[in-house]
Amino acid sequence: MHPAYSIIIFTTLSGLGYGLAVILGLGFLDPSALPTKIAYLTALALIGMGLLSSLLHLGNPQRAWRALSQWRSSWLSREGVMAIATFVPLVLSAALCLFADRYDTVLGLISVLGALVTVYSTSMIYASLKTVDSWHTHLTPLCFLLFSLAGGLLLGSLFASFDAQRGLPLQLLALLFLLFALVAKMVWRKRARTLIATSTPESATGLGSIGKVRLLERPHALDNYLTREMGFRVARKHASKLWLIAFVSGAILPIIALLIAMSIGESVVSIALLAIAILLHLLGVFVERWLFFAEAKHAVMNYY
Amino acid sequence: MTSLPQHRTAKKLGLVIDLDVCVGCHACVISCKEWNTGAYGNALSDQHPYGEDVSGTFLNRVHSFEVVPEGGQVIGEAGDARVVHFPKSCLHCEDAPCVTVCPTGASYKRAEDGIVLVDEDTCIGCGLCAWSCAYGAREMDLAAGVMKKCTLCVDRIYNETLQQEDRVPSCVRTCPANARHYGDLGDPASDVSVMVAERGGFDLMPEQETRPTNKYLPPRPRTSLASAAPMIPLAENTEGARGFFAWLDKTLDRI
Ligand code: SF4
Ligand code: SF4
Ligand code: SF4
Repeated sequence: MHPAYSIIIFTTLSGLGYGLAVILGLGFLDPSALPTKIAYLTALALIGMGLLSSLLHLGNPQRAWRALSQWRSSWLSREGVMAIATFVPLVLSAALCLFADRYDTVLGLISVLGALVTVYSTSMIYASLKTVDSWHTHLTPLCFLLFSLAGGLLLGSLFASFDAQRGLPLQLLALLFLLFALVAKMVWRKRARTLIATSTPESATGLGSIGKVRLLERPHALDNYLTREMGFRVARKHASKLWLIAFVSGAILPIIALLIAMSIGESVVSIALLAIAILLHLLGVFVERWLFFAEAKHAVMNYY
Repeated sequence: MTSLPQHRTAKKLGLVIDLDVCVGCHACVISCKEWNTGAYGNALSDQHPYGEDVSGTFLNRVHSFEVVPEGGQVIGEAGDARVVHFPKSCLHCEDAPCVTVCPTGASYKRAEDGIVLVDEDTCIGCGLCAWSCAYGAREMDLAAGVMKKCTLCVDRIYNETLQQEDRVPSCVRTCPANARHYGDLGDPASDVSVMVAERGGFDLMPEQETRPTNKYLPPRPRTSLASAAPMIPLAENTEGARGFFAWLDKTLDRI
């Protein structure tokens, strides 16, 4: 599948934003502290930027509101509805924190639920497609959720890093969830590499009873929408290098940075380390998302 | 509503495409583009039509495949490789995933005849329906930013201003080889249903569980080149020559 930057940026940033929203919603951070106020604004900004970026993907973005209507059947619609619904408790919680130094458990928990369901809906847009074998698994939403939580915990650790009492549990959780995310993604990738394709050129043409089917001539000499959108290919040698970057930068280096930061304790160096860990993690997730699309094989390519 | 219709009539309008007959002339591709660029919804745009990188929106495309039977590379041993021309457009699936994934309700299936359509004024051009279609039957029009697909020429088949023989999809009307047939596949007595039953018509990618309405008729079995060889008379054989040729044969033999 064509790795469109608008969608990659959308899933990466909004995933991170919702992850942070979960941490804030669970009341991990001190509502009277300035970094917590910045954390609320950061979460809202990340989510907002992600959603705006997703609009860039549309052919007619001015009608985007119509996408809220079909939540009964469409995961994309559910995602839109949940994203907007989650803004309500999230903005209210942010306002409470910013203007009254308060944290409200009920609002917090509602935004946690909203954030998790939104990330789940985003992932189900892909996981529900039977046409893309590597996406069509429960491991896809698991990976999206774990990446979102790991990123949120990392960001939360940064915003709590001046406060040893609140910082340490978040750092430990971040460590744990980075590991979970890493393992889940490795399992996901193993499945994607070893799966047997649902459809083949033989089943696509129905000519398998005669023999092996091979494309002789494309319908048109040059590319079309389908080959551009569904026929993206990455060289295998590049893909394995990119996977290495995704794993190392997305999880392994942030884990090392976290461990060092924890051993140093509260200091400017550990804050800097956490900031670096977040940037590395973001880069890793970005590469992971790029591969998620770029390596995905669509059933229609059996005709090309 | 992008849920599939709950109460459907038995009517399932669709196409039957005969892979034994199609010669791959692409006439149906052109007539489809011609009719649909001026009919239902936005025009089917082309990008860089006079440049090097020409591409455009098509609702019907013809692929050509080579089918090689097991061991078929050795001519005459196990049947020969054959070329099959393969026209492909929307199959108007009964369990159409392109309908249920649509977030806006623009993509819908008609309860009255099973035709799957896109309401272009509601479509936001998200492209998800094209991702959900295993058959590559949907193409985003890059100029209009909306999804285009085969309408089964809904603006011809019910069009009372047209002559009766023109009230079929444009591709069917055009096909010079008569490889395309249109009718009600929900009616077991219809011409198309009978054809499908007699020729063993099949679904594309049944494993995708979309239950296509359109059916394909398989190429008929062929005698391999090797087994056909003895049937060709040898040139030296003059037995059975009559009249002038018999005289010529005899005279030449004597010389
Ligand atoms: S062929 Fe594709 S576009 Fe047509 S109904 Fe089936 S899934 Fe939808
Ligand atoms: S491109 Fe249009 S018809 Fe297709 S899913 Fe999106 S809104 Fe629906
Ligand atoms: S017009 Fe008929 S013969 Fe020509 S490509 Fe189309 S289906 Fe085949």
